[in-house]
Amino acid sequence: MPEIDRETLLHVAQLARLELREEELERLGNQLNDILAAVSKVSELDLTDVPPTSHPLDVVNVWDEDEPHACLTVEEALANAPEREGNFFKVPPGGSE
Amino acid sequence: MIDTLRLTAYEAAKLLREKQITGAELWEAYRRAIDERDGELHCFLHVCDDPGGDGLPLAVKDVIGTKGIPTTAGSKILEGYIPVYDATVVQRAKENHGLRVLGKTNTDEFAMGSSTENSAYGPTRNPWDPTRVPGGSGGGSAAAVSAGLAPWALGSDTGGSIKQPSALCGNVGLRPTYGTVSRYGAVAFASSLDQIGPVAKTVTDCAFLYSVIAGRDRNDSTTVELPEQVRIPDRVDLKGVRIGVPTEFTEHEAIQPGVRDRIHEAIEHARALGAEIGECSLPLSLEYGLPCYYLIAPAEASSNLARYDGVRFGHRTPHGGDRLEMYTRTRDEGFGDEPKRRILVGTYALSAGYYDAYYGQAQKVRTMLIREHAAAFERFDVLLTPTSPTTAFELGSKTADPIAMYLNDLLTIPSCMAGLPGLNVPAGLADGMPVGLQLIGPQFSENRLFEVGYALEQAIGFDYVPTRYRT
Repeated sequence: MPEIDRETLLHVAQLARLELREEELERLGNQLNDILAAVSKVSELDLTDVPPTSHPLDVVNVWDEDEPHACLTVEEALANAPEREGNFFKVPPGGSE
Repeated sequence: MIDTLRLTAYEAAKLLREKQITGAELWEAYRRAIDERDGELHCFLHVCDDPGGDGLPLAVKDVIGTKGIPTTAGSKILEGYIPVYDATVVQRAKENHGLRVLGKTNTDEFAMGSSTENSAYGPTRNPWDPTRVPGGSGGGSAAAVSAGLAPWALGSDTGGSIKQPSALCGNVGLRPTYGTVSRYGAVAFASSLDQIGPVAKTVTDCAFLYSVIAGRDRNDSTTVELPEQVRIPDRVDLKGVRIGVPTEFTEHEAIQPGVRDRIHEAIEHARALGAEIGECSLPLSLEYGLPCYYLIAPAEASSNLARYDGVRFGHRTPHGGDRLEMYTRTRDEGFGDEPKRRILVGTYALSAGYYDAYYGQAQKVRTMLIREHAAAFERFDVLLTPTSPTTAFELGSKTADPIAMYLNDLLTIPSCMAGLPGLNVPAGLADGMPVGLQLIGPQFSENRLFEVGYALEQAIGFDYVPTRYRT
């Protein structure tokens, strides 16, 4: 199994939008490798012809009539906003990605 | 004098109905118990004022949204968050029976853990021995019920977070069949596994609370109509019930001898009550259940926890930066170690190049676990196992080793992966600490689990009041 090196860890953290501090990189990196080594056990089984399960119930789809019903007001939706301007959530300007 | 340690929800409802006590007196009794004992135990993250009325008080795990009442999921990233609507289960509890939310109970952060030590607000302690953990993630709900701080409680269970703390605190706890209880308004962890369920002192109370919250909800499209009404159990024999004992689950080396002894006694009780006992085998479940879970649950968590970005609710970093920096700093500051570990594992398992080997393979293992359980239920109505391999362990003894902590869920996880209901029933004490037995049935077999649980409960005669509180 591939070891997660520092570069991979930084990449995964960036995908997950986590800014890890230096001491976290070391500690979480080690733990991550231990965890992945343990869960890699699933690869021991040959399951080529087995279908995957994404949902435990045998339900297909749920349809509902297209009728309006009660929903949150604008004030309710914005009630927990860290910052707002008028009827909008306010965020800092975008950085380079 | 209302003895909240002893009083069941059923008895409390009777006292209210017969006007022997008022709703206000009952509320006050629980508030006094909280004042007296919760300083030591720390079951509650928030205690409410009496909203009035004659309904029973209800403790609610803090991953379940409550309108106007802070809901943190045990995380700093939701500090100060006050939901603007009730979760469906809370709405039903209020509307159907006038139940009053007594407070919000402690949980491992985002329900990720097996000891409640991952709560950002500090651990909960086990009422039977405060040097030990109450289990997790729903340790607050379980300990509160056990210590008489609430007549009953709601919990949530992804891989054992209702069943395992119920075992460690001596409660009856049900993880319902996936899809029977609405998750609308609950903080999502792993959506194909999360279920809300009841925690109570007795099987009767547990069945009743389940009947209050279960059923299809238009706001949660994964819910279904119950195939039959919930029945409050009253049968005291088990004639004709076929109970399977998966040998790997009862004889595994990780199982503490005292736990094994109580389970063997419970099996003998079942036999004496007329049940047909047989051995069965679930080898894949025991060997591959845990790794399968610790891929699928983190993968789903990494997606669900993407919503905590400092934009719409919850914590936002005060340390400025552009938008991307705001996201990454907010998340670094707001999440504790366990959510970070699971987000990283999940993101990695879903990332290009690794998806098939990890997440895809785990989904196939999940199919095998479903098949293995289905085969067992061709021969048996119910499976009986220990719930947790050990009784409650000391605080701090497993926090440094995530994998040792994960092993607590060895026996609860496989049936969760298969979407099956599971009921924890106290089986007695080992070295003074509660032991729980786990009853697993096919999907929608809750009534059968209550029946078997009730009969065993009567036969075992477990005293649910923690020894150090007995007078």
